[in-house]
Amino acid sequence: MLSPLILITAVLNGLMIGAVYALVALGLTLIYGVLHIINFAHGALMSAALFAAFFAYQKLGLDPYLATFLIAPAFFALGYALQRFVIGPASHGDDRNMLLVTLGLAVLIENALLYAFHADTRTVDLPYAFRSIDLGFTFLALPRVVSFAAVFVVALLLWAIMALTDTGKAIRAVASEKLGAELAGIDVAHIYAVTFGLGTACVAIAACLLVPTYYVTPRAGEAFVLVAFTIVVLGGMGSVPGALIGGLLIGIVESLAGFFLGESLGQVGIFLIFIVVLLVRPRGLFGASA
Amino acid sequence: MKALLPIAGVVAVLAAVPLVVHSNVVLNFLVVTLMIALVGQGWNMLGGYGGQYSFGHAAFFGTGAYTTAILQVHYGVNAWIGFAAGIAAGAAAGAIVGALAFRAGLRSSYFALVTLAVAEVLRILASVAPITGAGVGLLLKLDVRAQSFQFQSRTAFYFVILALLAVSLVITRLLEQSRFGVWLIAVRENEDAAMALGVDTFAVKLGAMTLSAAITAAAGCFYVQYFLFVDSGIAYGTWISIEALLTPIIGGVGTVFGALLGALVVKSLGEGAKLVAGDVPGLDLMIYGAVLIAVIRFAPRGLVGTVADAHGRIRRRFATAPAATGEAVRG
Repeated sequence: MLSPLILITAVLNGLMIGAVYALVALGLTLIYGVLHIINFAHGALMSAALFAAFFAYQKLGLDPYLATFLIAPAFFALGYALQRFVIGPASHGDDRNMLLVTLGLAVLIENALLYAFHADTRTVDLPYAFRSIDLGFTFLALPRVVSFAAVFVVALLLWAIMALTDTGKAIRAVASEKLGAELAGIDVAHIYAVTFGLGTACVAIAACLLVPTYYVTPRAGEAFVLVAFTIVVLGGMGSVPGALIGGLLIGIVESLAGFFLGESLGQVGIFLIFIVVLLVRPRGLFGASA
Repeated sequence: MKALLPIAGVVAVLAAVPLVVHSNVVLNFLVVTLMIALVGQGWNMLGGYGGQYSFGHAAFFGTGAYTTAILQVHYGVNAWIGFAAGIAAGAAAGAIVGALAFRAGLRSSYFALVTLAVAEVLRILASVAPITGAGVGLLLKLDVRAQSFQFQSRTAFYFVILALLAVSLVITRLLEQSRFGVWLIAVRENEDAAMALGVDTFAVKLGAMTLSAAITAAAGCFYVQYFLFVDSGIAYGTWISIEALLTPIIGGVGTVFGALLGALVVKSLGEGAKLVAGDVPGLDLMIYGAVLIAVIRFAPRGLVGTVADAHGRIRRRFATAPAATGEAVRG
């Protein structure tokens, strides 16, 4: 007997996990919007951030939510340096080279983590990990509510950077007309690197939000990013509202599919959406042009 | 015929190796290296000549491998027939993915993404479906007879994979000289311009992808005969997609011998690292990732291209002025 309350709970849970997906997708779509390449290293960087948050807790006793304020700037710097000194110079002005370099980075980072920390599954034990909030008709896990709220704060912050700062203006200028921006005196290599850094910071924050309830392995990030690819394609490559709405939508789909079909088939469902959207409407729901 | 002489030379040298080398370890290394060269040769057809970078060639390697394994294990089909069926299934998979992706106009990032996703979907499906042995994988029955494509000696396997590679080298060379090959290169250099000149870019890309998938699937079928085992992580794993593109990129994309050269380098590096640091998971792929970045950064045309550039520079330096005027300038 299927009660509507269970269904509502599944949808709410989907929204909560969808918010984290949205944040991962936000990083991807930001990079695509400006650099016009898909960052295949996104998942590996997420795994690296998961390990950073894990060790910040284990070695320094730093709460993952507090560690965000340390790890996000560190990953911004890492992303900046990667684009400025590795991906940019290696591209030789060809997008295909950039794609290959991000793929190379993904393989390098993921396997360096595997080499250093092995495939063991690590988790952190936090007193509040299993606490839940009583909504009267259902319960919601506290960490999920926190991450849901945090994602909206981050999205708002990102919007403020884009809309109100000079750097944000320069990023938008490069995204819409690279040559013109260059002629106007904007340092495109710097803006590319800032964008890559922001995207990397997004995925790092998502990792910190996940650590209290999720397990840490060298390949943990990859699972999220494959979902994020789907979201970005669904929402439209480069579209920020598309990433947010797409993320929430995919969260709900996964939660309901998992509920009705079981875990592993829920994942296949997401991939099928992905392939169908790519083939039928590659510019996505909100994208301007492919 | 003259164009095929270098291939004949290289194959003759490789064929002479078992006369000198009897070590099983070395022969095993060479068999695996040539198999990876064949995978890379398949990728090179589409990525090197056609400029369509697939990040999921495991989809075709795995489809070939599983087709022959399933036919043999579940239906008792003869291994040689299974081998042919595997290649056909790989080609069909390439044609289907290609038709869908190219019809939708997917290029560059999108094409890389869709190929990666197809390989990943197939991996997940193969890891749960009963017919593929789900999480356990498929084990072939040991039956060491030539008519069941199993040999006692590694030398025999070596000659089989060398013959397969030789065929792929000849196909590549013939492709280079054919009208189809010229169209394909035109698509790589500037797809819109090629279309404007009347090249049916969809058909050209589809043809290249089908051929590419067939060659890579042949390597997958060979894998099954050689190791007599396949599971979802081997067949559709990331490692094979990475090695498929890494070998021609290291050796030289869009060249006949690029994948072979690249496979020798990649496999030597992998084995060398294992000797130094022990067989730790992640080590070889970690090195491959670093090498991929370094090659694109410092030698974007691969070893073949870099050697050609250096050769050209030296020749220009020593050539007398009148002799140099007739030379075409190579970009």
